Amino acid sequence: MANIKWTTADPKGVLTGAHYLDGNHAACEGALAAGCRFAAGYPITPSTEVVERFASRIPEVGGVFIQMEDEIASSIALQGAVWAGLKAMTVTSGPGFSLMMEHIGLAAMTETPCVFVNVQRGGPSTGTPTLPAQADMMQARWGSHGDYEIIAVSPSSPQECFDFIIDAFNLAEIYRVPVMFMMDECVGHMTEKVIIPEPEKIKVVERRWTDKKPGEYLPFEPDDDLVPNMVKAGDGYRIHVTGLTHDERGYPAATDVTVHNKLVRRLCDKIYKNAHKIWKWEEMDTDGAEIVVMSYGISARVALRGIEMARERGVKVGLLRLIVVWPLPEPRIREIADKVKAIVVPELNVRAQVAREIERVVAGRCPVIPVGHAGAGVHDPNDIYNAIMEALK
Amino acid sequence: MSEVVRDLKAFAKALVYKNAPKEEYFKRGHRACQGCAPALAIRYILKAAGPNTIVVNATGCMEIISSPFPYTSWGVPWIHVAFENVAAVASGVEAAIKVLKRKGRLDPNKRINIIGLAGDGGTADIGLQALSGMLARNHNVTYICYDNEAYMNTGVQGSSATFTGASTTTTPAGRYSIGQGYWKKNVAEIAASHYVPYVATACPSYPLDLMNKVRKSLEIEGAAYIHVFAPCPTGWGCPSSMAIEVGRLAVETGVYPLYEVERGVWKISYIPPKGLKPIEEYFKTQRRFKHLKKEVVEKIQEKVRAHWERLLMLEKMTNTEEFKEKFVRPFYEVQI
Repeated sequence: MANIKWTTADPKGVLTGAHYLDGNHAACEGALAAGCRFAAGYPITPSTEVVERFASRIPEVGGVFIQMEDEIASSIALQGAVWAGLKAMTVTSGPGFSLMMEHIGLAAMTETPCVFVNVQRGGPSTGTPTLPAQADMMQARWGSHGDYEIIAVSPSSPQECFDFIIDAFNLAEIYRVPVMFMMDECVGHMTEKVIIPEPEKIKVVERRWTDKKPGEYLPFEPDDDLVPNMVKAGDGYRIHVTGLTHDERGYPAATDVTVHNKLVRRLCDKIYKNAHKIWKWEEMDTDGAEIVVMSYGISARVALRGIEMARERGVKVGLLRLIVVWPLPEPRIREIADKVKAIVVPELNVRAQVAREIERVVAGRCPVIPVGHAGAGVHDPNDIYNAIMEALK
Repeated sequence: MSEVVRDLKAFAKALVYKNAPKEEYFKRGHRACQGCAPALAIRYILKAAGPNTIVVNATGCMEIISSPFPYTSWGVPWIHVAFENVAAVASGVEAAIKVLKRKGRLDPNKRINIIGLAGDGGTADIGLQALSGMLARNHNVTYICYDNEAYMNTGVQGSSATFTGASTTTTPAGRYSIGQGYWKKNVAEIAASHYVPYVATACPSYPLDLMNKVRKSLEIEGAAYIHVFAPCPTGWGCPSSMAIEVGRLAVETGVYPLYEVERGVWKISYIPPKGLKPIEEYFKTQRRFKHLKKEVVEKIQEKVRAHWERLLMLEKMTNTEEFKEKFVRPFYEVQI
C-alpha cells in the first residue's frame, strides 16, 4: 500500500474568506495553504509578487523565505529544504526557468517533491518580461538533460492559482516529483475574486514518510505505486542522496547498465503508469460536438469567446481545458478525436508545443489545427473563431 | 614611513565639473526616474571614457531605461546581454579585439575601452561568478557596478548589496524583521582580492572623482573594477531632488567610503575633515530606514565605524615602503 496520508490544511497558513487578489498573490496563498513553509526565490518579472508576498507572510505562518543570489541557487536551496523536511517551492519566469533546468533534472533524479512556479513570459532570452506567453511548456517537460517525467499544472484564473497550486504540492508529495506550476503573465497579474475556504476543507497530502525502521529502510526502494517513501535528515536513517545513477540504497552505480535502466524506467513509469490518477481536465459541451477546442491557461479562457461566436452561428463546438497539461489525458483525447471533425488548439507559442503532442496522441483520427501566437499578448478571439470555421470545412 | 598624499583641494573641486568634457555619450530622453543617480553616473562614466568605448550592459534598470524600442540613449556601441553574464561577454569582446589587433585587422595602437556595466544584483548576486572569472583572467576591461542597493527594475527587492536594515519588498521590515538582516556584501574588496591592478569606489555626488577613477581604470592595462554608489530616490524613498545629497551623506557618514586600491595599495579618496557624521543623518533622509529603532541604528553605527577603522588601517599598512618592497614590487612587477 502506498503510504499516502491525506490531511487538512494547517490553519496558520490559510486566510479564509473572500479576497480580491491577482494570480501571483493567490498562488502564494495557495502554497501557504498547501503547507509550503520554505521558498527560495530571485526577483524576476512577472513572477516577483509571489515571493514578495511570501516574504511578508511567512514570518506570521512560521517558515522561511530566502532570497538567493540567482535562480540556480534558488532551485537547489528548495531541495535542501525538502530533504530537511519542509514543503518548498521556488518561483520564476523565462530566463530564470532556463537557469533552473539542471536542478529540475536533479529533483527528478533524486525524487525530491517540490514545486517550481513559472509565470511564463515571452522569449527566447529576455524577450517580453512584462507580457504573457505559454512557450515554456516543452521546456517544463523535458528542459533538463536525460530521461525523466514531470507533472505540469496550468491555471486559468487567480482562483485556480490558489486551488491548483495546492494540487501541485499534493501531486509533488504523492509522486515525489518536481511539479511545474505553469502560470503566465496574464493569469499572474489578473486580479479577480478569490475564495479561500476553511482550512478543514482544504485537502493536503503529508509527506510519504516511511513506516520502516532504520536498517530495514532503503531510500529508493519503490512502494507498489513505483514511488519510494521518504525520510528526512536527522531521523536516524541512513540517507544518501545523489544525482548519480543510484541503486535502491541510494548509492552510486554510475557504470551499472542494469541499475541505470531500472532507475530511469521507474522515474518515467511512475508518471506514465499513474497518469490516470494525475490527469485533470475540464470539459464543456464536448458531447455531440463537431469541433473541440483543446487549450490550457489563459488561452483556454480567451478561446471561450471564439467558441461563443462559433456557437452563435450554430456550430457545435466544445472545449477541453487541460488543467494538468503533462501528462496528457491521452485516452480521453483519442475518444474525442474519434467523434469530432477536428481539434483546434490555441496556445501562446508558435511551435505548437502542446498541439504537437495532441497530434501525436490523435494519430490521424482527425485533423489537429494549432492556433499559434508568439506571445506578448493573447489571441484575438476572432483568430480562434476563424480556425474553428476553417476546421469545419 | 611615507605620508599618504591626499589633495583635498582637488577633491573640493570635484563638487563642480566645469572642466569635464562637454560631449555627451549617454544622451537625454531616456526613461530613468527623476533624480536617478545611476543614470547620472553613466553620463559621467561615458564622458570620461569618450567615444572609443564599447559598453556591455547587463539586464537591469539602466538597460531598460536607456533602450526602449525604437530609441537608444547610447552614443557608443552597446550590447545588452542576459543578467548573469556581463563580465563573460566583456571578456569575449576584449579577447576578440586583442586577436583582431594581433592580426592587424585593427590598429594595434588604437585604444578601445571596454566597459562592463551592471547593477548591484547583476554584480553582487547573479553576476559574481562571471565577474570573478573576468578579474582572475585579468581581461583588459573596466567593470562598473552601479549600486543602488536593490533590484529596482523589478520593484525594489533586496540584493546582497542592500544596506543592513533597509526595508525592501523581499526583506520587509516589520514585527519579525529589521529589514535586510546581513551586512552589505563588499564587492569592491572581493574584486581587490583578485589582485587586479585597479579597484575603486566612487559616487556621482563627486563627479570629478568618479570621472578620474574611470579614466585611470581605462588607462591601466588589465582588469579594473569600480563600484559606484548610486542613490535611487524611487527605491530608497527620498525626494528625487535629494539623490546627490544622499550620496554625499553616505560618503560623509562612512556608510560608503570612497577609496582606491591600486596594485594592492589602498588609498582613501576622501576623509571628511571634521570626522565622520553620525549615520542617523544619512538614515533619516530615506524611507527605507525609517522603521529602525535607535538601538539598531547604534549597532549599525558601530559596524560602520569599525569598517572605516579597518580601511584606515589598510591604508596605513599598505602605504609603507616595507609593503611596497615586500609585496607590490615582487607581486606586480614579476612577469611569469
